[in-house]
Amino acid sequence: MAESLRSRAYHGVRAYLLIVGMWVRSTMAYRTSFLIMTVGNFAATGLDFVVIALMFSHVGTLGGFTLPEVAFLYGTTSTAFGLADLILGSMDRVGRRVRDGTMDTLLVRPVPILAQVAADRFALRRLGRISQGLLLLVWSLVRLDIDWTVDRVLLVPVMLLSGGAIFGAVFVAGGAFQFWANDASEVQNSFTYGGNTLLQYPPTVFGREVLRGVTFVIPLAFVNWLPALHILRRDNPLGLPGQVGFAAPLVALGCCLLAGLLWRRGLRSYRSTGS
Amino acid sequence: MRLYAAVTMSGFRRYATYRVATAAGIFTNTVFGCIVAYTYMALWDQRPHLGGYDLSQALTFVWIGQALLAAVALLGGGFQEELQERIRSGDIAVDLYRPVDLQLWWLAGDLGRALFQLLGRGIAPMVLGSLVFELTLPRSALTWVWFLLSVALAVCVGFAVRYLVALSAFWLLDASGISMMSGLLCLFFSGMILPLNVFPGELGEVARTLPWAAMLQVPADVFLGEHRGLGLVRAFAFQAGWAAVLLAAGRVLQSVATRKVVVQGG
Repeated sequence: MAESLRSRAYHGVRAYLLIVGMWVRSTMAYRTSFLIMTVGNFAATGLDFVVIALMFSHVGTLGGFTLPEVAFLYGTTSTAFGLADLILGSMDRVGRRVRDGTMDTLLVRPVPILAQVAADRFALRRLGRISQGLLLLVWSLVRLDIDWTVDRVLLVPVMLLSGGAIFGAVFVAGGAFQFWANDASEVQNSFTYGGNTLLQYPPTVFGREVLRGVTFVIPLAFVNWLPALHILRRDNPLGLPGQVGFAAPLVALGCCLLAGLLWRRGLRSYRSTGS
Repeated sequence: MRLYAAVTMSGFRRYATYRVATAAGIFTNTVFGCIVAYTYMALWDQRPHLGGYDLSQALTFVWIGQALLAAVALLGGGFQEELQERIRSGDIAVDLYRPVDLQLWWLAGDLGRALFQLLGRGIAPMVLGSLVFELTLPRSALTWVWFLLSVALAVCVGFAVRYLVALSAFWLLDASGISMMSGLLCLFFSGMILPLNVFPGELGEVARTLPWAAMLQVPADVFLGEHRGLGLVRAFAFQAGWAAVLLAAGRVLQSVATRKVVVQGG
């Protein structure tokens, strides 16, 4: 059982990488276009930080956080979201495939559907988002005066990876949702792009209901808020202990399992349009 | 004239077909509105009269932005990709020998789309926003009339800009790079990401004279009652002026394009 599970996972990842490789080769056929789109993606996603910088041209702190601190939040969520967006950003096309009937084509191929959908139209230009996120993360780390302990140093890569996994789970769950409501792909933007925007700002900016919602219901707060509060030595606005940030990998694992189950349910309930 | 009215109606109906997509859009607009509203509350909490707005006006600005996002097509889209694709594939040749004016045809369709999205995706987020946050709504009915007029002009300016971008496909074939840049400029200079009177110094002054200001900043200010009397006339003249200039530029580009460019295809 364990053996077959492992070989299926291996098979899925291998297929994913093969399809990704195909799309990368196809993208590279138009090198200039690729460069322009990557720079454009870098600029488009960086626009969010321009807003924050413009805000800080009027104030010294926002919700009690300084610009480097906000940049740390911004950099961590952008990088985590960028990873998920790069790997699974095509999940919002499920609804379209169901609608126009091309989902059937995927079903007859001997490759896991999730791997096919995730790799579909893989867009390397999304590296633009990751690179601007990383850039601001590095800038904030240089500017911040953090008392680095071993656990804090370790928490940075851990939060980026588990944050990416949490966002990835949201992408997959959103894709699964489109099996039931194929025109509603925009709803998932609220949680993916919307979640990313939310996490760019300090938690103190938002109301307690919002904080409770993203901590206990859709655990986006584990992407960066909770670990970052520990790293920046800030009190949790909900009164939770700082160590709760270390739960991020566990939360990420739980999210991925749930999203996987949801995806299976969605796929099972798929009915072809028949056209 | 009857023909263009029919095109407008079918543009309206075409977008009205997708009810679930509209509901999904309303949901997303509302979520984003809430997030941005909270950040503005933090900002205005420290600078209570930033940009000449009080907190309630700033929050109203957020929700007008969300309400007009789809109608004025601040993120691009609407007819733009469709026209670009027709130019790329050569289908534009069919459009050109129809006995209608190309620009008016697309404008009529886009007005229909805008009318539906103003009703379908504008009203609900605004109502939801006003339930959660304390907004400044116009007290006189006349302000609502001026606001609708201003939105109509904003839609025309938005169309004119996207028409120019779409026509670039005659030369570039793949206009996705230009579309992306145009979308970015629009987001930044329309006031969507931050009201233009909050932009510092000269950047703000320049931004307020650009055509994108006519797409959100001006309608929002009309709604908030920032323009009165002669100021209101000036605001409309600003919008109408840009609409006229850009629509005229579209006509010039269109005639150059159709005369000089060989249509793709066998």
